[in-house]
Amino acid sequence: MIVTRLAALALIGLLATAAGAAAAERLVISLSNHRVLVTSSFSGTEVVLFGSVENDQAAPLHRGGYDVVVTITGPRESERVRRKERVLGVWVNVEARTFIDVPSYLAVLSSKPAEAIANLDTLRLMQVGFDNILLPQRIGPDIADVVREDPFRVAFLRLKEEQRLYIARDNGVTFLTPVLFRADVPLPANARFGTYDVDVKLFADGAMIAQSDSALEIIKVGFEQFVATAARDYGLLYGLATAMLALVIGWFASLVFRLD
Amino acid sequence: MQIYLPIADLPVNIFLLLAMGLAVGFISGMFGIGGGFLMTPLLIFIGINPGVAVASVASHIAASSCSGAISYWRRNAIDPALALMLLAGGVIGTGFGVWLFTLLRALDQLDLMIALAYLTLLSIVGALMVLESMRSIIRTRAGMPIALRRPGSHVWFHGLPFKFRFKRSMIYVSAIPVWVIGILIGFIGAIMGIGGGFLLVPMLIYLLRVPTATVIGTSMVLTMVTMASATVLHSVTNHLVDAVLALILIVGGVIGAQFGARAGHKLTGEWLRLLLGLLVLLVGLRFAFQLVVQPDDLYSLRIVEGMP
Repeated sequence: MIVTRLAALALIGLLATAAGAAAAERLVISLSNHRVLVTSSFSGTEVVLFGSVENDQAAPLHRGGYDVVVTITGPRESERVRRKERVLGVWVNVEARTFIDVPSYLAVLSSKPAEAIANLDTLRLMQVGFDNILLPQRIGPDIADVVREDPFRVAFLRLKEEQRLYIARDNGVTFLTPVLFRADVPLPANARFGTYDVDVKLFADGAMIAQSDSALEIIKVGFEQFVATAARDYGLLYGLATAMLALVIGWFASLVFRLD
Repeated sequence: MQIYLPIADLPVNIFLLLAMGLAVGFISGMFGIGGGFLMTPLLIFIGINPGVAVASVASHIAASSCSGAISYWRRNAIDPALALMLLAGGVIGTGFGVWLFTLLRALDQLDLMIALAYLTLLSIVGALMVLESMRSIIRTRAGMPIALRRPGSHVWFHGLPFKFRFKRSMIYVSAIPVWVIGILIGFIGAIMGIGGGFLLVPMLIYLLRVPTATVIGTSMVLTMVTMASATVLHSVTNHLVDAVLALILIVGGVIGAQFGARAGHKLTGEWLRLLLGLLVLLVGLRFAFQLVVQPDDLYSLRIVEGMP
């Protein structure tokens, strides 16, 4: 009894694998660097992502070619967008919205403009591109994303793009051969520390056929790490040391420059 | 040469920072002011987070006023009794200022309040200083004697009790206005993130009639102590002091302060006050400009710290 059930399960599993292998491509990706080290001379860097579309047959399955969308999402944080208005001749912040747990960094790189890759519903479902990514705001007691044309949402995206923390490139993925592609991921100097999720989606004929993910990490090392940890964990000691340093340098300078 | 600042999380040009430290240090040594009202806006302008800028500038001011104070001490240009009494008031004022600062921050209008405070204080103080010093320069040119002390000009608070003789400054005043000035400077300093020297110097000159000879050195002692304690407080409360940024600014600042102090000795009191008044007025106008002119971008972005 048990044996027959196991055999049946095994058969189902085997059939499923065979069917999958016959129809689908696999996506193999690799990053040039998984750990970006921030030292005193750090001024931004670029990580290269290579990917290959694999299948068991010699020729690509989709004659129409593939499309790739790479999404890199940085550590999440909350940000406040404030709007100024003239009140009694002076420009004052009159309204503010808080975006809750939004990516501090977001890069959307694709081989084609997104609307040429898949229809709008698919893109929205997959959260592909700035228009479709979830950016929840605190509105009264609720937390929700709003319409795409919302002025605060538009302003948030524009400000993040100006800081080069949000990057959208519809020619950011280059196919070197019909099945091999690369993408350059720019990481600016002001990128936050932490883990960055790399998500690669493969599209063909308007539908997603494979997905793969990876991650990279931006970390402080050496002296920078030491200072940052000291400031965070030993505030009093750090403060006293900095103040003492200031006074000692001041005293030392007055000795050195004692010409009178 | 770019250097990465560990707390500000930003790469900046080390020579730019050194030059800024030198320039502000020169000004601070010359006029006996901390220079915070110049350095903080400069740092924010090159893209450093305002919180980090305010916190790190405190240690820069402490260092340049320390080296300045020592130079003035050697010239006997410090009144220790006056400095101690001002400090006692300053500590109380700082505590009160930090309390109000936290309250304003909760109301989301701290930026506006700071800008308005800068605008009002700087333009009034600057304009008064320019007018007064120009009047006395004209008077000197016309050959009239400079009335450094006007014995007849007794203001009401000169009649207050607890009279105290400050020997080195050669003044005999009540301790009450000295305390009030100390409290006021500590309070304003905490709210605006500045040492308050540019306010203290004219107050001591015009209200207490402290001679120009001791006013700068004494003000520097006060600035040094308040800013050194501000560095510690900022490190303990919000961990925003960037030691690398502070170190670069300090090195530039102390060198600048030495040359500034020497340059200050070559100028007469009136010209010194005129120059400082013009500088203060200029920074005040800069804030007015920022408040009145439509900003390039009506929207601004701020990372919310410690939000759920």
